[in-house]
Amino acid sequence: MVTSTPPTNRIGLTMAEYKGAPSTLCDGCGHDAITAQIIKAFYELGKEPHMVAKLSGIGCSSKTPAYFLNRSHGFNSVHGRMPSVATGVSAANHTLSLIGVSGDGDTASIGLGQFCHLVRRNVPMIYIVENNGVYGLTKGQFSATADLGSKAKSGVINELPPIDLCGLAIELGCSFVGRSFAGDPKQLVALLKAAGSHKGTAVIDVISPCVTFNNHEGSTKAYKYAKEMETPLHELGYIPFFEQISVDYEPGSMQEVEMHDGSKIRLKKTERNYDPTNQTQAILTIKEAHDKKEFLTGLLYINEDKEDFSTIMNVGDAPLATLPQEITRPAKSVLEEIMAGLK
Amino acid sequence: MNTLAVGSKEKLEKGRVVNDFSIQVATVNGSGSQSSNSVLMRSIFQMGIPVSGKNLFPSNIAGLPTWFTIRVNKNGYVARKSDIEILIAMNPQTAIDDVKSLSTGAVCISPVELKLDAIRKDVLHYQVPFTELAAKASENLKLRKLLMNMLYVGVVAELLNIDHGQIENSISKQFEGKTKAIDLNLNAVKIGREWARENLKKEDPYFVEPMDKTQGKIIIDGNAACALGSLFAGVTVVTWYPITPSSSLCEQLIDYLKEYRIDKESGKASFAVIQAEDELAAIGMALGAGWAGARSMTSTSGPGISLMAEFAGYGYFTEIPTVVFDVQRVGPSTGMPTRTSQADLISAYTLSHGDTKHIVLLPGSIIECYEMAGEAFDLAEKFQTPIFVLTDLDLGMNNWMSDPFEYPTKPINRGKVMTAADIEKAGVFERYRDVDGDGIPYRTLPGTDHPQAAYFTRGSGHNEKAGYTEKPEDYLNLMNRLDKKFQTARKFVPAPVVSVEKGAKIGIIAYGSSDFAIVETRDQLKVANIPTSYLRVRALPFTDELRKFVESHDHVYVVEQNRDAQMRDLIRLELPDLAMKIRSVRHYDGLPIDAQFVTDAIMEQER
Ligand SMILES: Cc1ncc(C[n+]2csc(CCOP(=O)(O)OP(=O)(O)O)c2C)c(N)n1
Ligand code: SF4
Ligand SMILES: [Mg+2]
Repeated sequence: MVTSTPPTNRIGLTMAEYKGAPSTLCDGCGHDAITAQIIKAFYELGKEPHMVAKLSGIGCSSKTPAYFLNRSHGFNSVHGRMPSVATGVSAANHTLSLIGVSGDGDTASIGLGQFCHLVRRNVPMIYIVENNGVYGLTKGQFSATADLGSKAKSGVINELPPIDLCGLAIELGCSFVGRSFAGDPKQLVALLKAAGSHKGTAVIDVISPCVTFNNHEGSTKAYKYAKEMETPLHELGYIPFFEQISVDYEPGSMQEVEMHDGSKIRLKKTERNYDPTNQTQAILTIKEAHDKKEFLTGLLYINEDKEDFSTIMNVGDAPLATLPQEITRPAKSVLEEIMAGLK
Repeated sequence: MNTLAVGSKEKLEKGRVVNDFSIQVATVNGSGSQSSNSVLMRSIFQMGIPVSGKNLFPSNIAGLPTWFTIRVNKNGYVARKSDIEILIAMNPQTAIDDVKSLSTGAVCISPVELKLDAIRKDVLHYQVPFTELAAKASENLKLRKLLMNMLYVGVVAELLNIDHGQIENSISKQFEGKTKAIDLNLNAVKIGREWARENLKKEDPYFVEPMDKTQGKIIIDGNAACALGSLFAGVTVVTWYPITPSSSLCEQLIDYLKEYRIDKESGKASFAVIQAEDELAAIGMALGAGWAGARSMTSTSGPGISLMAEFAGYGYFTEIPTVVFDVQRVGPSTGMPTRTSQADLISAYTLSHGDTKHIVLLPGSIIECYEMAGEAFDLAEKFQTPIFVLTDLDLGMNNWMSDPFEYPTKPINRGKVMTAADIEKAGVFERYRDVDGDGIPYRTLPGTDHPQAAYFTRGSGHNEKAGYTEKPEDYLNLMNRLDKKFQTARKFVPAPVVSVEKGAKIGIIAYGSSDFAIVETRDQLKVANIPTSYLRVRALPFTDELRKFVESHDHVYVVEQNRDAQMRDLIRLELPDLAMKIRSVRHYDGLPIDAQFVTDAIMEQER
């Protein structure tokens, strides 16, 4: 009898060991498609699950950390406030890899303030917005990312302009900003892996259709709409540091971005000739796409030189969380010195 | 000009009042009087005489009136006293009201041009040409204004007979190493002193005389004491958002951390301080850090406490350690941000929605600010829950005399944390199971290298394995265990301090900064033939001593600084069968409670 052993990654784990509990979301929900790519990305990166912390806010999207990486600690926090929790976790233990999952309601409405400050601090983490233009969990109200003129299932038209979270993040100096689509697994997994190599906040806004409340004709966050409209800025490849391969390509047709851990992002250019290291171009491109009602995906902006939060905090190699008393409690002589000064 | 009619020298000698009076300095906020007031207070302190200092300041950066009161008391009473014996009326804006508020026979030192003697003839006036003297003290106009404050120090020092050597010491301490400033200020004091010696005839009865009651003691504010408690508790993550009167807690802590917790060799910090975008984020960060294993804390006041509500319940329900300091001020809303209060008691105790109850520590002295701050971190990790430490503006921002702090004797207690080896040995890890029967489960930290170590923290219903559940029995199991944990806490929180007076029929119950007044009240009542026993509550939940105390007295007075008798109500809920025995004395005008007020209120009800 031949037993086939499942393949393993570079640290000897199978894909199954990166999975979570079975999803309880609606069949066909975009969020589940993203979950599948998160599992794949972490498996292929060979991340040690116990060194990962999963975080989320509240919403259908925020439930998903229960559906991947069972062997990682998870923190399903309160609505819109995952960024602060992530900041605290990162301060306590900067050796962990953080992945946060949020929704468009969770990030663009109730949590907009904390999102901005997370980005501003450049807390090292992957921050995924599973963007469906509605509040799924509270049954389909418009969110702040719904496009102007977009139609709700009930027929109501959205009369307010959307907040573009990618544009906002770039404006705030975010060092890694991507946009993708739950229906484009190839691009999404490459973006996720690249985000995993980034040292700083990596925001990925993923259009993730809500099949129950926002997948109809007239919705700009529906599968059909997104599939038809998606315009990738480039073909995105990610080469991890542990798998260096060189490829031949025509000069000028490829842009390579070296990441701090030695991994590389390879961007095969389209006729657009987009350069994601150019912040001004990124902001301009997003603005234009908006006006032209284009749905651009890919790596919008990257800056590998920005200092991340843990560097700014100036902590040592060992996590603060497990420092021994010898380090965290000053000596008796210190107290005596302070007391003498107060006499 | 005076009605004291202190005619002969002998009379003056006989009527001498030594080491028992209050000095109030009325100045303008931001005028630099703070240093001279601390010099004055410290000089008396260094003469061995018990003192306390209170800064009554407006919610304003500069320009509004401010009052600093120094109480000198040979018996060691340090509470606020409403009567002022010596007024230094430096602020023209308030001088008229200030002098009007004095009792007959009080002393008023004022700039001569204010002509305050015309307003109160029954007060003893010393009128000083401050502007003229300031011109002598410095050529520089800006400096003159500042030095004006040191001039009154000199005048008072001469009148009260404050030891000049101690003034020199205090000035050196105040201006640490800045020789030019020391010389300038010392010179101004001398000018004031000499002028007073040559021009004033001592006609008031107030004097200081050296004692030995402050030997070895320190002067510090409660916020600094809390900061030091946190420092020696090994705090690693500090998150905060500025708010009066709590800001100086974190600010002083940051100074200490920078001084003592940066490794000299590597230059690396063993802490992280994050100034958050608001209090919602501050507690979110503190919980995230506590969850990941840091000793985390945040510090705030009433408005911040309100913002923290949702997260506080999350921390309670999901069992995450952190420490929240609430330096209480007057509310609701912005209220009076620079005035003191004890009105956050119930809101902190039950902060959040649903069935939430928190462990609350109530330091009642400077030493307890230090010790309970330290203890809070151990309790947070032992009970895996947010711990609230409630102080107030009076305790937190005013200067108090205290015995020096002692180095912690107990090692840091990190609570029930399982390592990979522990899990291996136990064979199983279930995050929310009551393994030991005390209601306290075990936790693991992210980063623990064991296939069973991870768990999923959620604010939604969860079973013993941290799995999602909506089953009634799972929810009951969880809520009842949380309650059991709370009951366990009764045995571990600081017990009340009880002082039983033989033959006393009535008892006083108080907490926090009210203690300073109660000590004095009890002496006053004793003189009036009303002996009292005293129980000072130091934490919620209550401990067994409370029932015993109430039972053994005819009735008890719960004294507190809020309108709604919050502590009294909590005690009535705790001891419903004894509710009729429990009376209330409340002081809530924003000023620190004073002994005479409490004494009068009790006497009134005892009649
Ligand atoms: C403080 C607070 N207010 C409101 C809610 C109710 N609520 C739960 S989920 C949600 C919206 C979630 O929308 P989104 O983040 O877009 O997630 P989705 O369900 O669409 O994935 C709201 C308003 C809540 N949980 N907490
Ligand atoms: S309601 Fe929408 S967002 Fe929520 S699970 Fe269903 S499809 Fe997904
Ligand atoms: Mg949504």
